[in-house]
Amino acid sequence: MAGIEIKNVRKTYAGGVEAIKGIDLTIPDGKLVVLVGPSGCGKSTLLRMIAGLETITDGTIEIGDKVVNKLEPAERDIAMVFQNYALYPHMSVRGNLAYGLKNRGTPKVEIAERIEEAARILEITPFLDRKPRQLSGGQRQRVAMGRAIVRQPKAFLFDEPLSNLDAKLRGHMRVEIRRLQRTFKTTAVYVTHDQLEAMTLADKLVVMNAGRIEQMGKPLDVYANPQSLFVAAFMGSPGMNLIAVGELQALGVGLPDAIPASTGTLGLRPEDVTLEAPAEPHIVIDASLDAVELVGSESLVYARAQGIEKDIVVRTPGIHPGEPGDALTLHVAHSALHCFEQTTGRKVEIQRAA
Amino acid sequence: MVENRPFLTFLSHLVLIAGVFVVAFPVYLAFIASTHGPTDFLSGLIPLLPGPHMIENYSTMLTEGVSTGGAPPLGTMMWNSLIMALTIAIGKIAISILSAFAIVYFRFPFRQTVFWAIFITLMLPVEVRILPTFEVVANLKMLNSYAGLTIPLIASATATFLFRQFFLTVPDELMEAARVDGAGALKFFRDILLPLSLTNIAALFVILFIYGWNQYLWPLLITTDADYYTIVMGIKRLADVTDAEPKWNLVMSATVLAMLPPVLVVIFMQRLFVKGLVETEK
Repeated sequence: MAGIEIKNVRKTYAGGVEAIKGIDLTIPDGKLVVLVGPSGCGKSTLLRMIAGLETITDGTIEIGDKVVNKLEPAERDIAMVFQNYALYPHMSVRGNLAYGLKNRGTPKVEIAERIEEAARILEITPFLDRKPRQLSGGQRQRVAMGRAIVRQPKAFLFDEPLSNLDAKLRGHMRVEIRRLQRTFKTTAVYVTHDQLEAMTLADKLVVMNAGRIEQMGKPLDVYANPQSLFVAAFMGSPGMNLIAVGELQALGVGLPDAIPASTGTLGLRPEDVTLEAPAEPHIVIDASLDAVELVGSESLVYARAQGIEKDIVVRTPGIHPGEPGDALTLHVAHSALHCFEQTTGRKVEIQRAA
Repeated sequence: MVENRPFLTFLSHLVLIAGVFVVAFPVYLAFIASTHGPTDFLSGLIPLLPGPHMIENYSTMLTEGVSTGGAPPLGTMMWNSLIMALTIAIGKIAISILSAFAIVYFRFPFRQTVFWAIFITLMLPVEVRILPTFEVVANLKMLNSYAGLTIPLIASATATFLFRQFFLTVPDELMEAARVDGAGALKFFRDILLPLSLTNIAALFVILFIYGWNQYLWPLLITTDADYYTIVMGIKRLADVTDAEPKWNLVMSATVLAMLPPVLVVIFMQRLFVKGLVETEK
């Protein structure tokens, strides 16, 4: 049981490429923190630095109040789950689970007990004597998790553990990982590029971009209140509609006075755009229907407004009967508008009082 | 092919049989010749059917040898050959797997240079460097010894290169997982890399054993003591008699005996090959 404290950590590769540009992050004891971001944002590098597989150029990483910068991965008391599972192909499942414990000189009886326990929890008992190649992707994934669990480490590190699985299994394993982490109350760092995984798993969500932290917080807070254009565009599927203020004004949309003058871009979540007028004060955009995607439980309506470059995506429940070319009136409540500054792309607050 | 054309089947079988005949007939002749008496070849015709002297010929070769040819009994020579082939095969594998491990998994200055230096020696076969090597071995007083027979042939660029290529296909995550599991470099090598390379090692062993067994020029150069003769060069001495017909029946029985160990190695190791082919997933 230990939290992880990351202080002003930097990583510069030999070629002079700066992958991590100063990160401060506290991972509280027993919580699951998800690092999410596009590929190349440095999230995996940061995880590997915590694991001890990459050296730390600058700053310190503490696991359970102990600076681990100079320690070997094995001495940091962490367990890692890799994207391609990295099971030892020539060892049986039992051998895979036992290897780390054997190297630490755990007594044989205890190793056997821990393996039984982990196998029971993960429901892999029938496969204990098989080789990894005789297992399916999902089963291998479980074995990889088992290898982490038997160690009873201070922290679990997950490096995109689900990206090799098919969609259905991924959903299943996601719930499983959450359940396991809650059961063991072990600190965990989870790296993914899948924002759905990030939203559903995280106690604390960290959105990274180009070697820096863009925003962190509870997943729903990050979703509801993105602090920058990057986070607004990255979180959510489909992403937030981002429209230049100038384009809206040119279209004759009456924007509320409360919007700060420095605003360059307005953000509208697809589910905040409605086809019927809400009761509260709202803006109105006239548009025409471009395309409809029927997902089943809901429809994604792509609306084209004159002078606006990208289609506005509207998420509406049920099946939308419209045909391309139909006229649409889009409504967005004032309270659902996100304003981003012209120059910096940072969020600016609407003056609620007005 | 799923085609059903009798003529094509006939033709392809004909070609295959002809190929087998070309390869196998000389071996057959050697065996036949080893079963005849010493006088049966004087007519210049080689009989095609086995003769009655097989046991006699083989026991002569195994126990007494041919004194006129200056060759000791075959038993000694085969033992020498076995030691030489085994030492070379095992030595080459041990050295090259370790150097490949160093080249692939350790970061040290001039790593690439070292690799290329090893790689370039691929272009120098034994025959090219044979005179300087002989000089060195002679100065080290290793003539007429097992050390002299084997050590100069042990370093192997080919095997190093093969192991390097294999190690490069082993995913890095495996090494990282082992590091997280508390395995140091040598432990990783012993517990993970070595078992994974087993089929490669078996394949190399076969090739290198035959390479060592078939060495001819090098043993011929550095051994003058009959106690260190190897069988492949011994055959040459048997056939090399002055003022008389070589005793072909005895030469041929020696040849057949010399062929046996490599054949056995291939047959025995074949199982590992097949196993290696089935279990290729890493």
